[in-house]
Amino acid sequence: MKEITGIKEYIKPENLVYRKSSLLTDDIMHYCPGCGHSTTHRILAEIIEEEGIQQDTIGISPVGCSVFLYNYIDIDWQEAAHGRAPAIATAIKRLLPDKFVFTYQGDGDLAAIGTAETIHSCNRGENILIIFINNGIYGMTGGQMAPTTLPGMKSSTSPYGRDVATMGNPLKITDIVATLPGTFYVTRQSVHTPANVRRTKRVMRKAFQYQKLNRGTCFIEIVSNCPSGWKMTPVQANKWMEENMFPWYPLGDLKVPEEQQDQQPKTE
Amino acid sequence: MAKIKGSIVIDVDRCKGCEICMVSCPTGTIAMAREVNGKGYNYAYPANPGLCIGCANCAVVCPDGVITVYKTKV
Amino acid sequence: MERELRLMKGNEAVAEAAIRAGVDGYFGYPITPQSEIIEYLMEADPAKTTGMVVVQAESEVAAINMVYGGAGCGKKVMTTSSSPGISLKQEGITYIAGAELPCVIVNVVRGGPGLGTIQPAQSDYFQAVKGGGHGDYHLIVLAPASVQEMADFVGLGFDLAFKYRNPVMILSDGAIGQMMEKVWLDPPRERSKEIPEWATTGKTADRKRNIITSLELDPFRQEVFNRKLVEKYDAIRENEVRFEEYLCEDAEYLLVAYGTSARVCQKAVQLAREQGIKAGLLRPITLFPFPTKRISELAGQLKMALAVEMSAGQMVEDVQLSINGKIPVHYYGRMGGMVPTPDEVVENLKERIIGG
Repeated sequence: MKEITGIKEYIKPENLVYRKSSLLTDDIMHYCPGCGHSTTHRILAEIIEEEGIQQDTIGISPVGCSVFLYNYIDIDWQEAAHGRAPAIATAIKRLLPDKFVFTYQGDGDLAAIGTAETIHSCNRGENILIIFINNGIYGMTGGQMAPTTLPGMKSSTSPYGRDVATMGNPLKITDIVATLPGTFYVTRQSVHTPANVRRTKRVMRKAFQYQKLNRGTCFIEIVSNCPSGWKMTPVQANKWMEENMFPWYPLGDLKVPEEQQDQQPKTE
Repeated sequence: MAKIKGSIVIDVDRCKGCEICMVSCPTGTIAMAREVNGKGYNYAYPANPGLCIGCANCAVVCPDGVITVYKTKV
Repeated sequence: MERELRLMKGNEAVAEAAIRAGVDGYFGYPITPQSEIIEYLMEADPAKTTGMVVVQAESEVAAINMVYGGAGCGKKVMTTSSSPGISLKQEGITYIAGAELPCVIVNVVRGGPGLGTIQPAQSDYFQAVKGGGHGDYHLIVLAPASVQEMADFVGLGFDLAFKYRNPVMILSDGAIGQMMEKVWLDPPRERSKEIPEWATTGKTADRKRNIITSLELDPFRQEVFNRKLVEKYDAIRENEVRFEEYLCEDAEYLLVAYGTSARVCQKAVQLAREQGIKAGLLRPITLFPFPTKRISELAGQLKMALAVEMSAGQMVEDVQLSINGKIPVHYYGRMGGMVPTPDEVVENLKERIIGG
């Protein structure tokens, strides 16, 4: 391992303030540079490590860019068919109610092919956490239009821009699930700046803790980037995301547990 | 008066050169190397190590977890 | 506790047998002619007695994926449906086969294609036995011919499913699902507390993480896996063939039929014998593995075989393969929800004998 270090005299165990989670495996993640998937995986690993719940957590990875999520975090995993992760999570949680169960899904997986599974798991109030990465594009298959692709946004299957008259409007599925009585906590966040990463980590930790309450589905949308699919550098992509994605998908809580509304840290 | 000082360690082989750490650093500690790593990426490195305050912004935002951060008072 | 005698529908027997077999989870979606299964389970509410979970899913697709999730935890889980619903489940079934998960799937077959009819048929033989979903895989397929076997095959199905880490299908039909017969029910078994070493129940310090997946991008490793599956299916062919013979010792004409058709053919054999025709019946109980070897052996003494099925002629292909040209093999069947009568079968047999 080649390392470059800053000032060596400060590098002492007692001065350590950040290191990558020991639950992240040594595999180099296959994502493109700057991809929000990697950042979100990292946060997930950190939370599971810090909460000490490795032996009690079962994750369900999707079909899409994050299909190999099970290679990166050292917990038990099930790999779902495209869109079916919430159904799989439903059964795991019903059969192992003391475990922490979460799905990790992209926009195509969760909001196109898996719409029924998403809505009905939330409607049944399954006591699971759904992590939803929305970057408005099908990254893995090469940049096709997603249900969440913005109006006018170009993709390989909307080469002249998404025409809402024939291709429909971006689906705000997070807004939909927030209206369902079965959901307990619904929020939309991002991981493109240090502040957003810290906030997302805070809400995700909370969502894991909520599973102990057995009060319903927690749903975290992460509005994310796809530098390769958007054909931008990572830094440009993050800026484009702020300017174009956030107006459609504004960050913040969509549904907060009633008893917590007063003490809720204000997000956005 | 005590000053906050920091230091970062970058795992060069895992860095993908996305530059997000560089733009997130409040003190201008980090720059991208002219050289590339084994994967062909211009990796991040502490170009101005003396400026580091150990805020960990770079590590927190790094997608691939390549940065380790230390902080102390001097 | 002793076995208990009850008068039940085939569908109810499946449900009651599931509770008694210590099944951990049932995930279903209503469809005629098998909705009594989920209705029975919901009313019995086994969560309060054995702890068995019963969920009405939003679709057959969701139900089979719930089975995937539960099976991945090493639990005894099952689903039931009828033909159009089983078509929807095919995606999940191939993933389950690819991830080598044990489970039981019951198909109470109705006539197709499409929505077809709600009346009994055996037209899903190819789907059950030859694959159904994509990729090289096999289900173990059990064909009950009575309410008793509907009950018995739940437990047997799970034993085989866990022995081979393979999905098991109970291929029934609307007649057996709906008819009432007496059935001896096994005493209730406690749900197993054993956790298979591959199950995802949370990674503990003493083992590597478990991953349930059917994905392998490396073609070399995928082929190694495919070969492993082939070996497993060969072992199943070697060890798990089940069938029943009726008056085959001196038979010159062999009827081959399963499920409801086999019941019809048993009577047809009696009628044929009354008319001096030396007929016998071979009833495959496992459709995969098929009793190929036994049918092949019998071919030496036979003049002809007649496959009788409620389809356009599906199982007849496996009978032909078993006999491999040694004697003529014919098919007789009804479709669309019609059930052949014993007289019809005998008439057809006689026509074939005269026709040669």
